[in-house]
Amino acid sequence: MTASGVKAWFVREVLPLEPILMHFLRQNWRNRADLEDLRQEVYARVLEAAEHGLPDKPKPFVLVTARNLLINRVLRERIVPFDAKADLDDLEVASDAPGPDRAAIARDELRKLNAALDRLPPRAREAVVLRRIEGLSRREIAERMGVTENTVADHIRTGMNALADVLFGEPSELTRRS
Amino acid sequence: MNDLPAMSEINARATAFLERREFENWDEADERELSAWLSESKAHCAAFWRLEAAWERTHRLAALKQEHVSHAGPLRTARRLPGWSRIAAASIAIAVIVAGFYAFQPQDTVYRTPLGGRQTVTLADGSEIELNTDTVLSTRLTSTSRSAVLVQGEVYFRIRHDAKRPFVVTANGKTITDLGTVFTVRNDAGRVRVALFEGKARVDMGGKPIILSPGDKLIATASRTVVSHEQPQTLSTDLGWRRGIVIFKRTTLAEVAAEFNRYNQTKLVIADPQTARLTVGGTFPADNVELFGRMASEILGLRVTRRGTQIVISR
Repeated sequence: MTASGVKAWFVREVLPLEPILMHFLRQNWRNRADLEDLRQEVYARVLEAAEHGLPDKPKPFVLVTARNLLINRVLRERIVPFDAKADLDDLEVASDAPGPDRAAIARDELRKLNAALDRLPPRAREAVVLRRIEGLSRREIAERMGVTENTVADHIRTGMNALADVLFGEPSELTRRS
Repeated sequence: MNDLPAMSEINARATAFLERREFENWDEADERELSAWLSESKAHCAAFWRLEAAWERTHRLAALKQEHVSHAGPLRTARRLPGWSRIAAASIAIAVIVAGFYAFQPQDTVYRTPLGGRQTVTLADGSEIELNTDTVLSTRLTSTSRSAVLVQGEVYFRIRHDAKRPFVVTANGKTITDLGTVFTVRNDAGRVRVALFEGKARVDMGGKPIILSPGDKLIATASRTVVSHEQPQTLSTDLGWRRGIVIFKRTTLAEVAAEFNRYNQTKLVIADPQTARLTVGGTFPADNVELFGRMASEILGLRVTRRGTQIVISR
């Protein structure tokens, strides 16, 4: 598998699973401070496996990888085990639900983007809006916001990180099942 | 996101790269630095690709600006506002997006084609469009404006010119405005390609607009934009799909495979990099990848094996 093929697959198939992955991790791991590390570790393992061939079914693959990782941590850290199996089965059922059509996905996407922007810290949001909607340079944004270029870079970096968390990490209206 | 978690070191590094690439002149040395870091660990790849994918999605915000802000005004005057109202301007921008979003749905007509499909449509204004394989296009014609969003795939536009209502196509945050035009726009995986056949078109990507003339071909990714000029005959090979064919001229097997795979469930796979670099020429039915496989075997003397839904070509 080529690197660009793995990347395209990762972006297309794996990242959209992040709400489910995070839900799974949150359900089964008490320490919230570990979540980002765990997510990163799951993705790294998934990518390593993908180099030898893309898994047919990304969702069970990602979740089984996550479960194995948690089990290993539990064994290593000798903490109270958990029952990941039941949750995994529930998620499988959800995956059989008919998918929303593309127009609905596009609308959902815009709604998510709006929601994501709303949730950024105000200065980060302002910097992201000035970049993305007005297309200003770092210097122009700095002038507009009355701060240094370094501060603009900080705001943008915070914004980039928070956007990824909101866009990938949180369940959308359409995929959440009531 | 009131309680933003502290960024992990990997994430911090990945965002630093992404921020620099977004704002600075990104040259080969930078690209090498990034590649080296990515190749150090899969965790680095995951972190960077994830942030990049999220950031690229915000291109859609720019598309909304094109669609709605022109009636709204405040953003355009924002540059001249005194300091105290800067934040107000930013929040107006967000209000406009939200308002724009809710206005976005009802009047739109969405056209879509399946893998291998093709569809010709005459729009209400007399413009003709043709959708290539695996394409989603949303159009909106009103008495004051004409616009289309190419969500994915490729579309041929023959636009009936109307100076009062320019036709604006948005793809991945880039906008193409017709100035009396025949052109194609292709949007796949964040790469936008525009080829201009007749007339003129303006491409806006946030910076200085680019005016395209006949024979011009523009390729834009998140980080760079290239415009090349080609002879009309060369460019017309790009329109083979309208006749259901693909045309190759000194095309590498890697590109040949990518092209056939746009149209077919059966995927052409090139086994190794040396083979992928071989070049071929010829004209083939886009939906007959088997025929290409036979030619590769019989004429080029390559090894062609069928594995399930794959045709694997090696030396």
